[in-house]
This record gives sequence, structure tokens and C-alpha cells, in this order.
Amino acid sequence: MAELIRLVSGDEPGEPPAGHGAIVTFIGTVRGENQGRKVVRLEYEAYEPLALRAFGVIADEVRNRWPSARVAFHHRTGSLALGEASVMVVAASPHRAEAFSACRYVIERVKQIAPVWKREFFEGGDVWIEGAAADASDEASSEEAYRRACE
Amino acid sequence: MRITIRLFGRLHDLAGATELVRELAGAATVATAWTVLAEEFPAIAPYARSVSAAVNADFAKMTTPLADGDEVAFLPPVSGG
Repeated sequence: MAELIRLVSGDEPGEPPAGHGAIVTFIGTVRGENQGRKVVRLEYEAYEPLALRAFGVIADEVRNRWPSARVAFHHRTGSLALGEASVMVVAASPHRAEAFSACRYVIERVKQIAPVWKREFFEGGDVWIEGAAADASDEASSEEAYRRACE
Repeated sequence: MRITIRLFGRLHDLAGATELVRELAGAATVATAWTVLAEEFPAIAPYARSVSAAVNADFAKMTTPLADGDEVAFLPPVSGG
């Protein structure tokens, strides 16, 4: 998380700080309950080169929607225990409204288009969780993410 | 042409493989590769409507043409976060 904050601050050693007025952070963690099941752990799988491309698409969208915001985000893969962080988003901007919105937008878009899959291991079995059909060019889903970001 | 097919999430469980190499005849698209795969592994056929695809690690459509040596990935609905 400190690394992500350093990335959005854009501050270089020996240079005066950029002085963003707001930094918003989001950490998604492994929840112990899902749809009535007692979750034991999650296993995340990603198609990494495409995930990085999807992250680039999301970063470009943020630049277009909130030109004053800077974002950095990271998704973990592999086996994660209850309470562990699976995804982290940091957004910086001169004022809090854009930082909150950009941060929310990134996590909504990650859930919509990033090629990442979670397998839930619960008491009594395991199941692949399936959410959105990933379509990075679908404007309706990016508008839906924007609407949620600005609620 | 020879292509590499990569499967993710529940698709690789259903097909029993994460990576397959297959020969496609003539002018093939991503849809051709999916059809060949779904015939070989009927269990994945119900994903026809929800699957998305990538060619050489870039988002693609079912109509995207394929060339010899391409890597085609089939992605079930994603669940990051």
C-alpha cells in the first residue's frame, strides 16, 4: 500500500512535493461468508499479460474522466486466507470528491473487466465465482461504473 | 494453422487442461477455435454466451481472425476483487 501511495503522490526525492489535497485508499479483503457459505480461503487466478492491459485501459479511462486524479492499483493472485488483502486501489487528486470517485471507479472496473477469477473454498466444497462477462469495449458497463463512482 | 488455446477459471477444470495446441483449417476466427473446443469438450458449450476471448493477450471478439501461431484465450465471466 505504501508503494501505491508513493506512486500516486508522484513525489521525487529532492523535488518539492506535488501536494495532492486528497488520497483515497481501498483494500478489498477476503470475507468469511459468501451467499450463506462459510468461506475458508480464496484462490485467485489471473491471465497476467491481459490483466496488465486491462489495468492500462482502466487507467486511461480514469485520465479521461478525472484529469486531475492519479491512480495506482494492484491485485494479488494465489491462495489468500480470511481477512487478507486481495486488491488495493489508491487515488490522489487535489480535492476529495475526485479521489473518492476515481478510487471507486477503478475497483468497479477491475471487477468488470480484469481477467481475474476467484475460486472459493468453503466448508463442504469449492466453487468458481463467476461475475461479469469481460468486455473492455462495452460502454454501458463503463457508464455503470461511472454512475456508481459518482453516487 | 496451429494455434495455442489457453483456458482459465472453471473452463480449465471442465476441459481438464490449461493449455492446448490445435490445428485449424482454412480462414479461422476465434469462433472457429471455440467451436472446435466445444465439440471436443461438450461440458464447456454452455459458456458460449458468456465467454469472452483474447488473442495474443489482447481483448478480442468472436469474429477476430486468427493467424498461425496465435495464442487464443477463453475467459469465463471474471470475478476479481
